[in-house]
Amino acid sequence: MNAESKRSFDVAVIGGGPAGMGAATVAAECGLSVVLLDDNPGLGGQIWRGESGSSKHTQASHWFDRVGRSSVEWILEARVFQVGKGHLSAESPDTVHQIAYSHLILATGARERFLPFPGWTLPNVLGAGALHSLIKSGLPVEGKRIVIAGTGPLLLAVAAYAREKGAQVACIAEQTTGAKFACFGLSVLLVPEELEEVWQLAWQLQAVPHWKNCWPVAALGKERLEAVRLSHHGRIREIASDYLACGFHLVPSLELAQFIGCAIQDGYVAVDENQQTCIPGVYCAGEPTGIGGFELALVEGQIAGFAAANRKDLARKLWRRRDAGLRHVRALRRAFELRDELRNMPQEDTLVCRCEDVPFGLLRAHQSWQSAKLHSRCGMGPCQGRVCGAAAEFLFGWSNSSVRPPLFPVRCSSLAEMPVETIPEIHEGGSK
Amino acid sequence: MPDSIVVWVAGKNVEVPKGATVAAAVFVAGAFCRTSPSGQPRTPFCGMGICFECRTVINGEPHRRSCQVLCEPGMVITPDEC
Amino acid sequence: MSFRPDIVIVGAGIVGAACGFELAREKFSVAVVDAAGIGMQTTAAGMGHLLVLDDSEEQFALTRYSLSLWNALAKHLPPAVEYSRCGTLWVAGDEDEMAEVVRKHTYYGERGIQTEILDAHALREAEPALRRPLAGGLRVPGDAVLYPPCAAAYLLQRAAELGAKIFLGKAVNSIRNGITRLADGTVFHSKFIINAAGQFAPKLTPGIHIRPRKGHLVITDRYPGTITHQLMELGYLKSAHSISADSVAFNLQPRKTGQLLIGSARQYEVADGNVDFAILSRMLKRAMEYVPSLGSLSAIRVWTGFRPATPDQLPFIGPWPDDPSIFLAAGHEGLGITTSLATGRLAVDFLLRRASAIPVEPYLPSRQIEGVTHA
Ligand SMILES: Cc1cc2nc3c(=O)[nH]c(=O)nc-3n(C[C@H](O)[C@H](O)[C@H](O)COP(=O)(O)OP(=O)(O)OC[C@H]3O[C@@H](n4cnc5c(N)ncnc54)[C@H](O)[C@@H]3O)c2cc1C
Ligand SMILES: Cc1cc2nc3c(=O)[nH]c(=O)nc-3n(C[C@H](O)[C@H](O)[C@H](O)COP(=O)(O)OP(=O)(O)OC[C@H]3O[C@@H](n4cnc5c(N)ncnc54)[C@H](O)[C@@H]3O)c2cc1C
Ligand code: FES
Repeated sequence: MNAESKRSFDVAVIGGGPAGMGAATVAAECGLSVVLLDDNPGLGGQIWRGESGSSKHTQASHWFDRVGRSSVEWILEARVFQVGKGHLSAESPDTVHQIAYSHLILATGARERFLPFPGWTLPNVLGAGALHSLIKSGLPVEGKRIVIAGTGPLLLAVAAYAREKGAQVACIAEQTTGAKFACFGLSVLLVPEELEEVWQLAWQLQAVPHWKNCWPVAALGKERLEAVRLSHHGRIREIASDYLACGFHLVPSLELAQFIGCAIQDGYVAVDENQQTCIPGVYCAGEPTGIGGFELALVEGQIAGFAAANRKDLARKLWRRRDAGLRHVRALRRAFELRDELRNMPQEDTLVCRCEDVPFGLLRAHQSWQSAKLHSRCGMGPCQGRVCGAAAEFLFGWSNSSVRPPLFPVRCSSLAEMPVETIPEIHEGGSK
Repeated sequence: MPDSIVVWVAGKNVEVPKGATVAAAVFVAGAFCRTSPSGQPRTPFCGMGICFECRTVINGEPHRRSCQVLCEPGMVITPDEC
Repeated sequence: MSFRPDIVIVGAGIVGAACGFELAREKFSVAVVDAAGIGMQTTAAGMGHLLVLDDSEEQFALTRYSLSLWNALAKHLPPAVEYSRCGTLWVAGDEDEMAEVVRKHTYYGERGIQTEILDAHALREAEPALRRPLAGGLRVPGDAVLYPPCAAAYLLQRAAELGAKIFLGKAVNSIRNGITRLADGTVFHSKFIINAAGQFAPKLTPGIHIRPRKGHLVITDRYPGTITHQLMELGYLKSAHSISADSVAFNLQPRKTGQLLIGSARQYEVADGNVDFAILSRMLKRAMEYVPSLGSLSAIRVWTGFRPATPDQLPFIGPWPDDPSIFLAAGHEGLGITTSLATGRLAVDFLLRRASAIPVEPYLPSRQIEGVTHA
């Protein structure tokens, strides 16, 4: 049932978003053989998903063009589920790719953070990014009423896009305070490249109510969503709605880095000035080292690519741009910090684990993520705790640093075909 | 629609644009993709292959993540139980 | 601390939990202490198959007795324990193994356990997912499966309702002469201390022969109805109990959730808990030989665990000759979920000085002393 493919490369890059594209391209341009793996049907990552060459985004078309002209080999729909020293395995719909590498660049990006509130499992409640990509991939929203709730700049982008496609965006509910949001706005205005985008957003959204200090209290409806109840400045409002798109900013995808033993600091992968992790020859770029948007991801990716190619001179030239980007990381963190009241959103019977249907009330009795998981099945489903784990970390302060194989669910036959001579021994040296 | 595809979702034909994911077709049909262990109907959630909420049965194969699969003409999509 | 229990139990795995449950029911005042939480070590890693096994007469007696206790408790178990009396189906690949089916059938029958011989056709009807051809099999309808951590939690919850005190996240540094010293400085004085620390028992009672024997398991997404019995190959006995060599065997469990739990592998002298892809691959290939459709099912998680193994594959249940205040309840290897309840009963019988339902001598720790002098 599985075809097998065995290949060897100087550099393996995991993740085909801006960071991975930048890293792979420059490493290949320096003469190395490079493979770029991503689990989506196209390159581009979260932000340039499904855009390819035809993008109206100038940066995107530049990089799609450049990676296309380079010698980078990319493998799409390939999920890396196992990484060992000098070797990795990825599964695609009918193949297991066994890849040997000398340098590894992790560019696994970020995902949205979701927090539970009553009704969040109702049909038609979905992630903000999900609404964006569904509209892109064929969901008509003309005339639909949409509430967008949570926190972070992504909410604005989704609102603008939904409006452009004819949706009626009832409101954007932003949990942060007006003051924090304004500070963030100012910091963005100091970055000239983003000015145009910001003005455009502001223009598109001028008719949409944008409420601060506002968060979902409940999603209401019998079979599917009918209305959203919001807390706004301490008042309760109820708004009829066809879709509720929610997301509480982003969390970095660290599983792969943790699995191979990269040191984690303050919730991000620790790297040196050349994006190298604590494991020699393993680099990390983009969102896993700090949520800072695609510009920073691109720069970090290139630094990692140059460093892997031993062109530290070229890497060094990008340091200043990276350091400017890191200021943006801090500004984002401050602006969209989650307020304590969000911990009160779930009720006793609100499900926290959507895979296994585990309610909040069952979890509270436990002392740790491990204990909760073992006794309640929270995080035991196929998402492997990617959704409920991030929520539990916020709600209970539980950390979950233990990552077990496979990194993603895979076919049993793919696990059975793991080449035996590459038993991963990479765990030593990690600080976890 | 010239550039459209017809798929069969939970017992009815739905027309979606070419390039639409199965997850989009589930919403267009007003259907559910799966019922959860306690029997709740669910629709796709994260849209990026992470949450597994969009698992559905495609041409008889269970547990396919519909947000990662593109529609093909004549596909049969039925709710998953998991 | 002013609390003075009659008995301190070190370890809240399935064995410590069963002891706590049985003692509390007999009105002993009990303290259960665990360094981690309830059932978070080997009990968390186990398969939860409750089975009668005939490796030896003594093993048979203990597993049969314990299974009868589980079956009596079954109606009280809450849904989280996922108890299901699915039965075991031993699968025979060829005529040699079919001969073993007949032997087992007779052996079990003579000892009061009903089983049913299936020919090739009946086996196919019973489990269509099995490859063909196969020679047949033996159905043991009284065997069951459950989810061990929640079973341990249930037993301790019952114990707590009867007055037992449970201390979690508290490591024990030493046990001697009725004194239990905790790492946080707490000291308990009690008549008896039960060492139910599983693979860690020798740390507290130096000199007992328990070695960790590593296992691997894989769990899949939900595929209800794929199989309906716990399936085991008959080669299991030969391979799994070979004392020193690494071995794998086909062992497939239908969980109540519809998930499939795939085993099993056994390795000695491996200290780290990392997944070993060489043995994992052998284990999965073995399972796929028996159930070919397994290959395309989605595997969610792989984990490892350490069975507390003794030299003669029987647990230590009884007083420790060097220190009469210490009662050992450890070394249950790959059957501790099954044999936990019987262990608890034997402990209570000892403390009440009453006769047990089965002969207790085969499990007494003193047998080791005798054995060691010869080794
Ligand atoms: C839904 C969403 C919308 C966003 N919109 C914006 C926006 O409008 N503007 C903005 O500046 N930022 C946005 N962001 C932030 C975005 O993460 C970054 O701007 C940018 O995409 C980061 O690039 P990256 O390369 O670090 O990560 P990503 O773009 O996230 O790329 C990582 C890639 O790695 C893949 N991957 C991860 N693990 C594996 C594995 N094991 N095997 C194979 N592939 C793997 C992922 O599928 C993904 O394609 C958005 C983020 C999300 C989640
Ligand atoms: C892969 C695998 C599959 C298995 N399948 C089955 C099966 O199908 N059927 C079956 O019957 N059995 C099975 N078993 C065996 C079964 O899991 C074990 O025999 C059983 O769990 C042992 O329980 P225990 O309570 O002795 O040990 P544990 O569960 O390890 O409990 C010991 C407890 O003691 C605590 N502890 C240790 N030292 C200290 C200290 N100093 N201070 C405080 N606390 C301490 C630990 O934290 C732990 O909680 C399997 C085992 C494995 C590994
Ligand atoms: S919607 Fe989350 S995995 Fe498809």
